[in-house]
Amino acid sequence: MKRILVCTKRVIDFNVRVRVKPDGTGVITDGVKMSLNPFDEIALEEALRIKERGGAEEVVAATIGPADCQQQLRTALAMGADRAVHVVHDAGLEPLAAARVFMKLIEKEQPFLVLLGKQAIDDDNNQTGQMLAALWQRPQATFASRVELTDTTARVTREVDAGLETLEVDLPAVVTTDLRLNEPRYVKLPDIMKAKKKPLESLPFADLGVAATARVRVVRTEPPAQRQKGIMVKDTQELVAALRTRGVL
Amino acid sequence: MSRILIVAEHDGAKLKPSTAKCVSCARNVPDAEVTILVLAADGAAVATEAAGLEGVKTVLRVDRPENGHALAAVLAPQVAALAAPYTHVFGPSTTFGKDLMPRIAALLDAPQLSDIMAVESATRFRRPTYAGNAIVTVEVDAGVTVVATVRTASFEAAKAGGAAVIEAASTDAALPTHTRFAGVSAASTDRPDLQSAARVVSGGRALGSADSFKLIYSLADKLGAAVGASRAAVDAGYAPSDMQVGQTGKIIAPELYIAIGISGAIQHLTGIKDARTIVAINKDGEAPIFEVADIGLVGDLFSIVPELEKLLSA
Repeated sequence: MKRILVCTKRVIDFNVRVRVKPDGTGVITDGVKMSLNPFDEIALEEALRIKERGGAEEVVAATIGPADCQQQLRTALAMGADRAVHVVHDAGLEPLAAARVFMKLIEKEQPFLVLLGKQAIDDDNNQTGQMLAALWQRPQATFASRVELTDTTARVTREVDAGLETLEVDLPAVVTTDLRLNEPRYVKLPDIMKAKKKPLESLPFADLGVAATARVRVVRTEPPAQRQKGIMVKDTQELVAALRTRGVL
Repeated sequence: MSRILIVAEHDGAKLKPSTAKCVSCARNVPDAEVTILVLAADGAAVATEAAGLEGVKTVLRVDRPENGHALAAVLAPQVAALAAPYTHVFGPSTTFGKDLMPRIAALLDAPQLSDIMAVESATRFRRPTYAGNAIVTVEVDAGVTVVATVRTASFEAAKAGGAAVIEAASTDAALPTHTRFAGVSAASTDRPDLQSAARVVSGGRALGSADSFKLIYSLADKLGAAVGASRAAVDAGYAPSDMQVGQTGKIIAPELYIAIGISGAIQHLTGIKDARTIVAINKDGEAPIFEVADIGLVGDLFSIVPELEKLLSA
């Protein structure tokens, strides 16, 4: 079966204004709206479009996390994923351990393409896709803004600092998605109903034989330093004068 | 002692300024000995430039024809093969480093710290999370290789004036052929590079069209500035994606940043908060950009920008 695996993460919704806990032990998550990581949503959308134009037969969405993650997997199923795999794990995982978990799923699912967001908007690590490609010893095409497939290769346009770079990679491969690859579809009510009947498999983390090794400890979480509000000027002459006073012209 | 290996970012002929920023970051690690690794098809010029950076002890040069383009799948095994003697492996948090460093970390079975913005000790660093809304201090276990990307906007570039030894190095790492460079389309421009420019003029959605973005280019040229754009302007097609400034685009720290018609979404502000002087021009006096601007001017950009340009010519 020609299969695409989409790796996702449940994160604080991008519209939530994230606040640091007063005791510096993390950010406030109680009662905060959670969502599918937006970059992963783009990855899923791309997988669905590939399938819809006949480039794949099955789209599998996967995630790692506590029981609540099933909500986001149901969203993925409502968007159009054929089935979902939930690796149940209550604590956080470092990106390399997450990549090892997804590697286990690759061994099981044998996808020809793995899509995931370029980063999760909580930890902003931007690591898992690249690490997964390294473990798999397969190509990586990160920050994709365009993906074109043939039977054996993918031609991926990447958003890089210099402009747009194009890579040709042999399949199977890992592609991580950037913002402008596509615009994810809205989920409609009938799709949500249909998603309830789609298969969602739960795998206990312990059964995968991956060590939850943590080697980086968060010692403290703080809000960022605030910039001071400056002066307001009336017109361009005052603006130029103010710039001269500050010595930046 | 910390032995720090920095993977050089370059275009085959010249070193990128991001590498000199990594050197400054590395020198903030107590008792650090800094080595720069130049992977290139012919790294002679780049290695010489790297050796001239203050605070660098050694430059390792690996010349292989496969290194003509910076492909993570090709570079990572070479870095991993040379990394054993080092306690830290750093690269810049540019698309080059973001792409490459995690692949190296995985090959080394090491954790990675992304976007380090401050060094507190050889094992303790600060980095932004949640689009810059939460800054975490992280501690890496003793004895674990620290792979990291360096947030270039947080560090000054190391100056010239060093005299490092250049050594040829080689590895027998097997290099894959499954990943091939097929081209790059860059808007060729005489303007300064956005990431390292001292002055940046950025336009936002209020410009209303790609055509009116000419106002931004024109003012930028008057100031010798690079041109940036907000995500909204890029999404609307007014400016190309490589101009995007913000958490998901480029994070910059120019001396002067002029935000024109940009409201100041948090993800944009994250990308500019280290700028020395921020100027905001916006018709909405309530726009969040004014909360962080050093100098604010409320008004119609279509009259203000040409006026400003004229004043600067006077």
